[in-house]
Amino acid sequence: MTTRPGNGAIQRGGGTLAALAVVAVLAVFPLAVTNATVTTIAVDTLVFAAAAVAWNIFSGYSGYISLGHAVFFGTGAYTVGIAARAWHLDGDTVFALLPLAGGVAAALSVPLGLIALRVRRHTFVVITIAFFFIAQLAATNLSWTGGSSGILAPSPNWDATTFNDPFYYVGLALLVAATAASWLIRGSRFGLQLRAIRDDEDRAAGLGVRPMPVKLAAFVISAIVTGMAGGLWFYFIGQAIPQFAFDPLFDLSVVVMAFFGGLGTLSGPLLGALIIEPAQQWLTLHYTNEYLSEILLGALFLAVILGLPRGVIPTAAEKIAALRARRRSVPAREAVPQAGRAGQAAP
Amino acid sequence: MTALLRAEGVTKAFGGVQALQDCTVEVEQGTIAGLIGPNGSGKTTLFNIMTGYERVDAGDVYLGHRKITNQRPQRVFALGIGRTFQLTRIFPRLTVLENMLIATQHRSGRARNPLARAGGRAERQRALGMLEFTGIAGHAGALADTLSYGQRKLLELSYVLVADPAIVLLDEPAGGVNPSLIQHLAGRIRELNAAGTTFLIVEHNMDFVMGLCGHVTVLDYGTVVAAGPPGIIRSDPKVLDAYLGVAEEDDDAGAR
Repeated sequence: MTTRPGNGAIQRGGGTLAALAVVAVLAVFPLAVTNATVTTIAVDTLVFAAAAVAWNIFSGYSGYISLGHAVFFGTGAYTVGIAARAWHLDGDTVFALLPLAGGVAAALSVPLGLIALRVRRHTFVVITIAFFFIAQLAATNLSWTGGSSGILAPSPNWDATTFNDPFYYVGLALLVAATAASWLIRGSRFGLQLRAIRDDEDRAAGLGVRPMPVKLAAFVISAIVTGMAGGLWFYFIGQAIPQFAFDPLFDLSVVVMAFFGGLGTLSGPLLGALIIEPAQQWLTLHYTNEYLSEILLGALFLAVILGLPRGVIPTAAEKIAALRARRRSVPAREAVPQAGRAGQAAP
Repeated sequence: MTALLRAEGVTKAFGGVQALQDCTVEVEQGTIAGLIGPNGSGKTTLFNIMTGYERVDAGDVYLGHRKITNQRPQRVFALGIGRTFQLTRIFPRLTVLENMLIATQHRSGRARNPLARAGGRAERQRALGMLEFTGIAGHAGALADTLSYGQRKLLELSYVLVADPAIVLLDEPAGGVNPSLIQHLAGRIRELNAAGTTFLIVEHNMDFVMGLCGHVTVLDYGTVVAAGPPGIIRSDPKVLDAYLGVAEEDDDAGAR
């Protein structure tokens, strides 16, 4: 965003090309790589990337940091599980339940949003954490969620050699849709209102922005995608138990991914997820100590907050812009300090 | 004649502090009105109440004949009251042009596609036109965070004005601003006023207020102690008391 002025049209065109190239590579990836271990990590990564993009649509753009999105993830998982069991669905038809998972998560997000979005900053964060614990406890104790042993997914009925492929392509479709939604929102009137709320909510209200409907809409959209990601994850894993469907590490991972790549940017959460999730999975597979990846995740979080508080994407964009400005203005010497100042002062 | 903006008998307390006590202030259509008074006399509280940022304990606010008491800020703005803040508030992580586009959205009614790209051609033209007018169009693409203090003041004024409000409330527009920029601001305000915009200005810079305003209201301890043309206000003993604090007036002031 900081690089937009000037050659915006060219960059936007380049961005579209790059996006298409990435989608094309991701689309042929399972054809080229058939190793089940790798494709399993790939599916997991797509699920988390979609969740990170969804989280960013709300928290990144509005500045309201939610640590309770696992509520929607778990709700999606349980929705698919309970609906598939009740309606005796299996095979491909289970995927048809994903919109339902998103719908149930959305329905839940409305009352939660109306409560939590009345307060700001730390209070908001704490309330979302409280929601998270309520949801986890509810899943453990309600009669229809299967208690602590959870709920089993129907067995997929397709060929074992390409077992991961359907999950992969549904995950990819979800990720592309989430990213498209994020892109559309970011450039829109609605997105501008969200970012205005992030910078100064009261001032925005004094310019005609209605904060509650705007924040709530973003919260609900974010919940829909997170719920669908949860539903897909459930079918892929094959089981939902309360402490994994409603997992505090889910919230932490999604937040680290978004912060690492760049909070509130379009590609930041995507980049964060594509790097962090495979790294975590790989570490878990290669070192029997499963806590290693969690310790490293924590260390990475520290490093990002201390060293790259704004994330990789904004920092890199700024460096490139400053470099370009310097190169362009070498003949006109008085322009140099100006370019330097602009680069420094950007938040 | 009905005033364009009128606060009638407004009373407001914060805990034990009586910020406003039965305060009545009127602004006639098409004028530039001033609101002065010592620090803590309730000027900004009155602004906050007029623009929906605070609720009244008693009294009412009218815009024309319409009662707007305790309406929310977004509603008040939509009805045609724009304001700036004493401590300038802009959106630092948006570009200057994006700052402007936040305010332009409500101009043509509410039934608009929220997913349309922010700022159509006409909106952008209008926003850039206003930035030309205030003199910061050269920074349209820059992050608002990179602006200087004076430029921020101009930006806040610009995005309030771009929505074409009927009346603009300025909270210390000249505070901390260099003399040539003050002249620039005064010129812009006069020009807009000539084109039909009404102003209510809180300001401590007396030359600025007395030079611009046709009518000045003086607040002290939350009540109106004087109101009238600047020439009369300037020599009103009660105003001098309010500012200089004559001893015998202290009992009166004990109302707080």
